[in-house]
Amino acid sequence: MFQIVYREEMAEGTVVLNEVMAPGIAAKAKPGQFVMIRANEEGERIPLTMAETNQEKGTITIIYQIVGKSTALFKTLKEGDSYLDIIGPLGRPTRIEKTGRVTCVGGGTGVAVIYPITKGYKEAGNEVTAIIGARTKDLLILEDKMRAASDNLRVCTDDGSYGHHGFVTDVLKEILEGEGTDLVVAIGPVAMMKFTCELTKQYKVKTVVSLNPIMVDGTGMCGCCRVTVGGRTRFACVDGPEFDGHEVDFNELTHRLQAYVNDERVSYKSFLKGSKC
Amino acid sequence: MVEKEKKGKIPRQPMPEQNPKARARNFDEVPLGYSEEVAMLEATRCLQCKNPTCMAGCPVDIDIPAFIARIKEGEFASAIAKIKEKNVLPAVCGRVCPQEMQCEKTCVLAKKGEPVAIGRLERFSADWERAQGKVSTPKKEPSTGKRVAVVGSGPSGLTVAGDLILKGHDVTVFEAFQVPGGVLVYGIPEFRLPKAIVAAEVDYMKKLGVKFECDKVVGATVSVDELFEEGFDAVYIGVGAGLPIFMHIPGENLIGVYSANEYLTRSNLMKAYLFPEFDTPIIRGKDVVVFGAGNVAMDAARTAVRLGADRVRIIYRRSREEMPARIEEIHHAEQEDVEFILLAAPLNFIGDENGRLTGVRCQRMELGEPDESGRRRPVPVEGSEFEVACDTAVIAIGAGPNPLLTSATRDIRLSKRGYIIVDPETGKTIKKGVWAGGDIVTGQATVILAMGAGRKVANSIHKYLTLGW
Ligand SMILES: Cc1cc2nc3c(=O)[nH]c(=O)nc-3n(C[C@H](O)[C@H](O)[C@H](O)COP(=O)(O)OP(=O)(O)OC[C@H]3O[C@@H](n4cnc5c(N)ncnc54)[C@H](O)[C@@H]3O)c2cc1C
Ligand code: SF4
Ligand code: FES
Repeated sequence: MFQIVYREEMAEGTVVLNEVMAPGIAAKAKPGQFVMIRANEEGERIPLTMAETNQEKGTITIIYQIVGKSTALFKTLKEGDSYLDIIGPLGRPTRIEKTGRVTCVGGGTGVAVIYPITKGYKEAGNEVTAIIGARTKDLLILEDKMRAASDNLRVCTDDGSYGHHGFVTDVLKEILEGEGTDLVVAIGPVAMMKFTCELTKQYKVKTVVSLNPIMVDGTGMCGCCRVTVGGRTRFACVDGPEFDGHEVDFNELTHRLQAYVNDERVSYKSFLKGSKC
Repeated sequence: MVEKEKKGKIPRQPMPEQNPKARARNFDEVPLGYSEEVAMLEATRCLQCKNPTCMAGCPVDIDIPAFIARIKEGEFASAIAKIKEKNVLPAVCGRVCPQEMQCEKTCVLAKKGEPVAIGRLERFSADWERAQGKVSTPKKEPSTGKRVAVVGSGPSGLTVAGDLILKGHDVTVFEAFQVPGGVLVYGIPEFRLPKAIVAAEVDYMKKLGVKFECDKVVGATVSVDELFEEGFDAVYIGVGAGLPIFMHIPGENLIGVYSANEYLTRSNLMKAYLFPEFDTPIIRGKDVVVFGAGNVAMDAARTAVRLGADRVRIIYRRSREEMPARIEEIHHAEQEDVEFILLAAPLNFIGDENGRLTGVRCQRMELGEPDESGRRRPVPVEGSEFEVACDTAVIAIGAGPNPLLTSATRDIRLSKRGYIIVDPETGKTIKKGVWAGGDIVTGQATVILAMGAGRKVANSIHKYLTLGW
């Protein structure tokens, strides 16, 4: 059992942070790696990238957006409650090297994923600019942490309620046109990663993305997480989750993420009904 | 009444089964098992040969005539005790072993076409004991203070654990999934091997003192070297052949195309057949095709039937004679209206604008010269392309070695295909204190062969822990 020692709601309760006791995983995890997590016997195994780990306390921090039954169920867990299963650390860690100028772009809950990576690049001696975005000010997460983790933080909101009025790609374009950057790391909704890659391709700037396909085991035994990269099928859970964004078939990923939309709706509805009465 | 009949005149007793129409809509076990009377009657068919040829066909040397003689006398407790001397998972083996290729093939009565139903009697004995509610545990030898780590809880790992705990060693099993059992829980479906039976076998191991650490991926959560640092004296690698093999044809990533591993894991381990009571979904296809013709393919096809498909078709590139599945499984699939398209192979999958599978284009094959496996090689027939409409496809053409652990473990030798190379006599790898066995050494084989490998390794580990490498 993996106990929740700290819990926080963010983005008006649409996003939840859990700090969970998992000493074995905390001791080994590196930026970019994920865990498979399950709340109860009936539950699904869900992949979540770790936003932070604390070796001394033996905890890992996960941050998730409430998007369906499983995350809605996670949200009901209080401090002191436990997850039934957490498996990890899985996936390849981010290859953090001293590259020079690095731009880390995070959208939505992708900010949680890119946070440890941003920190890692800065600690490795890079000059790191971070761009984070959300639909509106109240949905923005981890602003302070991202500011501390980078040399320069730029914030965007789609509705202009805070920071730059527009998309993260607008700000990225400014940078690409201006001082330039040696590497872009983009993590967030598929559409955001796709547009980012289309943009950076024009400037021939290497771009790393972290993919979030549906997974079952997370250890390379089912192939559920397959993605096409450079024309080859790869398993995101063991070959990734990070890949060269210019090689990724984002349309296929978008489709595959829709595989169970109807089932998810059924599941979520029956959960909401059940929790009301 | 039984006694009066002359030996050999009694026909092989049929297995009572759930009727095909009813069972096609549920996940309950298909064969229902012998009653005491039928088991005793079947046992009288055994000739108690002086030179029991059946035993030559048993990979773990069960004293077959001895346990059958006890069933005949109605001494069921002593029958199961006899079996357990050699086989730690009799309820499982009695259900999934290919007896027709093993003991029942070499039984003298097989020549006349009706071997003793050894497998059914084995299953009967184990079920009888479980039904009594008190499972006897054999005596353990005094503690040696030595610690053994078993990686993977499939049949080979369970055998190693069961054997070594009785020899007085302290055994911990590390399993990547949330429950122990390996293929027995994630692969083989409920209707062929009820999960409660696997759980009972695991509980029995726990009662013997074996510790289970689930959710531990060795190679990720902890490395083999770290296991030694933690104080284990020996490590057994029994991680199975869990890598799905795809066909690498266009359209394979369309929604609706599954590896057998994914399809069966969703249904069995994650209980997607009980969705939405359980959260993991699975596509309940109306028109399902399955590629391959082994046990895995039959399991996938019969799962699709139970998930509500209108039509399930198995597409296989060779002919009926070459199908590797057990005869019983093929027979069960046919009874459940699974159709076979033989001598055909897929060329590409076809999808709609949403990336969902709508069909598969295939090509006819004919059999040419035998290949290295001795089976005649299928060769494409020019201009014979045809299309099969389907909304779900399951690829069950085999599995390979998962590199997760092997690539993270230094100093073990791998074959070109990625399997672990071991000394065939002992199961030793070239790394001191590390053994391997089961599917990760042989490639996907059978439960009993994995157990046989586990037995050999357990003996070797015991020798090492008491005498040295
Ligand atoms: C669908 C299907 C049907 C089958 N039907 C039959 C049948 O009817 N009769 C028959 O005899 N055989 C059958 N087989 C084959 C048989 O199940 C296997 O040969 C046998 O289970 C192999 O046993 P094993 O112990 O080597 O590995 P497995 O049973 O594969 O167990 C390996 C275990 O190791 C775990 N593991 C893997 N990597 C790690 C890691 N890094 N750390 C920790 N744990 C890990 C896995 O999760 C798994 O639980 C079937 C196989 C399948 C897939
Ligand atoms: S070979 Fe057949 S008849 Fe002879 S002992 Fe074995 S099971 Fe009985
Ligand atoms: S999630 Fe199963 S192989 Fe990646």
